[in-house]
Amino acid sequence: MKGGGSLSLRARLVLQLLVLAALLAVLLFQAVRTVAGDAAKETLDSVLGAATLAIADELRGSDQGVTVDLPHEAFSILGSISEDRIFYRVAVEDATITGYADLPMPSAAQGPAAPSAPIFYTAPYRNAEVRVAMVRRVVLAGQLATPVTVLVAQTRSGQAAIAARVANRAAAIGLGVFALAAALSILTAGSVLRPINRLAEAVGRRGPSDLRSVDHPTPAELRPLVESLNGLIARLRAALTRTETFIAEAAHHIRTPLATVRARAETALRKAESEDARETLRAVIRAVEESARSASQLLDHATVVYRSDRPARESVDLARLVEGLANSFGPVAGLKDVGIGFQGTEAKLEVMGDRLLIEAALRNLLDNAVKYSAPDTDIMLRLSREGGSACVEVADRGRGLSGSAQAALTRRFARGANVGDVVGSGLGLTIVDEVAAAHGGRFELAEREGGGTCARFWVPLS
Amino acid sequence: MRAVLGAFVLILALAAPVRAFEIEEDTRFAAVGGVVQAELAVLSTTDTEVLRPVLAAFQARNPGIALRYTVANSQQVFAAIADEGAAYDLVISSAMDLQMKLANDGLALPLRSVATATLPEWARWQDLLFAFAQEPVVLIVARAALGGSAAPRTRRELTQLLRDNPERFLGRIGTYDPAASGAGYLFVTQDARLSDTFWRLAEVMGGLAPTLYDSSAPMIADLKSGQLLLAYNVLGSYAAPRIAGSDALVMVELEDHTLTLLRTALVPGTAQAPELGALFLDFLLGAEGRALIASAAGLPPIDAAALAAKPHLRPIRLDAGLLVYLDALKRRAFLEEWQAALIQP
Repeated sequence: MKGGGSLSLRARLVLQLLVLAALLAVLLFQAVRTVAGDAAKETLDSVLGAATLAIADELRGSDQGVTVDLPHEAFSILGSISEDRIFYRVAVEDATITGYADLPMPSAAQGPAAPSAPIFYTAPYRNAEVRVAMVRRVVLAGQLATPVTVLVAQTRSGQAAIAARVANRAAAIGLGVFALAAALSILTAGSVLRPINRLAEAVGRRGPSDLRSVDHPTPAELRPLVESLNGLIARLRAALTRTETFIAEAAHHIRTPLATVRARAETALRKAESEDARETLRAVIRAVEESARSASQLLDHATVVYRSDRPARESVDLARLVEGLANSFGPVAGLKDVGIGFQGTEAKLEVMGDRLLIEAALRNLLDNAVKYSAPDTDIMLRLSREGGSACVEVADRGRGLSGSAQAALTRRFARGANVGDVVGSGLGLTIVDEVAAAHGGRFELAEREGGGTCARFWVPLS
Repeated sequence: MRAVLGAFVLILALAAPVRAFEIEEDTRFAAVGGVVQAELAVLSTTDTEVLRPVLAAFQARNPGIALRYTVANSQQVFAAIADEGAAYDLVISSAMDLQMKLANDGLALPLRSVATATLPEWARWQDLLFAFAQEPVVLIVARAALGGSAAPRTRRELTQLLRDNPERFLGRIGTYDPAASGAGYLFVTQDARLSDTFWRLAEVMGGLAPTLYDSSAPMIADLKSGQLLLAYNVLGSYAAPRIAGSDALVMVELEDHTLTLLRTALVPGTAQAPELGALFLDFLLGAEGRALIASAAGLPPIDAAALAAKPHLRPIRLDAGLLVYLDALKRRAFLEEWQAALIQP
């Protein structure tokens, strides 16, 4: 989705948690194996030691020397714990009394054994590694204290088998822990990232002109980000407001002197005697009029931008509004011999919205219609109900759009290709479009059948 | 160089055919089909006649294998492998303790096959030693000696019978001499291990001047001739066909415990064709071999179900415990005790 080589937070988090889980699983595997292996070794050692002690307990001294009566249990217990090969040796000094005479004695480093505790060592014997337990006892034989060594040795295939079984089980445990940790890490990543995703979604859902501050609940870590975002929005809003205020002030400050200029020019026109001077003064008055109109459109636009952030919600009776506007435009249209027709609906058309904004939009539509209408034509105002919306249609017999796209005409300060001879600011249709958008409605411009333009303005019904 | 050395070895081999261990029978079986591809050498304590049908079936199944079957007593079989390193591919013996010692001392080769894996735990040791027959050790008593009553079912009843009729049994009881017979020694040591009543029985028998035998054949012969009324610890599978048809003798499996001998086989490390030894062992343990062992050789094959049906049968444990009684000091001590119980002034 997003380009760039950087991993998503989620992937990063999951990956790191998985690596951690794998590490822990391996550690666990090793730990289980080591601990269980040691336990098995110790268990087998203690059984081997017990067998050695059992044999040592059967040592008897007599005048003929030392004898031993091997206890069957000693070997059968060794045999029952594992099927390992068993070797033994009972020796006085280095002379073997019975058993395997070549079974190796411990090296000197392994030290002497206490009489009760066997010592253990590992030695190679008969092509195998054997674990040997050794016990030293002193036996009185023929009134001589004779030191006797008892060795019992065992191969460790049983231990190897246990180790292999333990390793298998440890591997299974490790895998299980890893799988569990993997599942948990995916869940954790999801839950950690949920507030961020929600915030991103909330910010992303905003319309282009939504400049409210973000008041979504966020975790502490994200608060600085949200605060700076809100600061930025606030500064932007302030800057916009300042700009619009400036424009409105400027327009207002231009309008007042223009009225004075116009009044003076009209006085001068009345007093003027030469036709030349009169013609000049009429041009001045027309220019002043257009300038005043532009100024008031700028004012309208500033109002629209300012108010569309938080449009007022009131009930507006469209029919009355449109009729009022038609009446107020009547005299101006009359000057050009343009008639204004009005066609309402039987039911009341009430919409929820900002009366000032809707009025500004409709006034601009009517103003355009009057401005571009040819003399001796009619402008048709029609109200209708379309689904959940009210539609105001303003149709004139003017010069039409001459192929300009609506999108091009509703840009700020954009004007049609065919209006070079008519004074205009290029703001009128922008205002209409913005008002429609601010109310969740729609604005459309189309060529009218039989010539002229048909503008349609929709506002959702209350 | 190699050829010269080979010739030298050949000369040595021809010059020194002496075998130190005593052989009872040495039989060669020609390969089926006439063409000899390999020779299998089996050293066994089991008489050639007993296993002959099994050997023949094996050869029929594996044409091209010639077979040499050598019979010796269990001590000699052990000595041949342990002391002399005789080259045999399979060693069969009823002396479980000696077989166990061969395996324990590292003189057997490990084997793994489908057949060995089907053996129950108690019928093998590691993957070195495998049992192929389970043979109860029984009491044989002459019907005439019972005086109309039922045969004794336990050692306690047997002891009572002997105590109650000393004049009848005096000098007419036979058993193995454990000092001379390996099997006899194994049986009495296991008896002594399994029950306390055994020593009382031994003392009672000792009071009746028992005859001690080195081997089973003369003991069975004396039973049949009527010279013996009772023989204690006889291998049932050996006695059964020899006393069959004689109504005068009753074979009893004592219910307190009846030792069950496992006849075992191993492939020694000295084998020249260990794969042939393994092949024959697989045949013995396989379905065809088992059926033949039961029907033709008259030995009960390894069968856990048969044991479960007769709970008094106790297979002698095939484990390191067998080594204990092979210890020279232990043997001496045990035999002394046996003599003290049995030989009474």
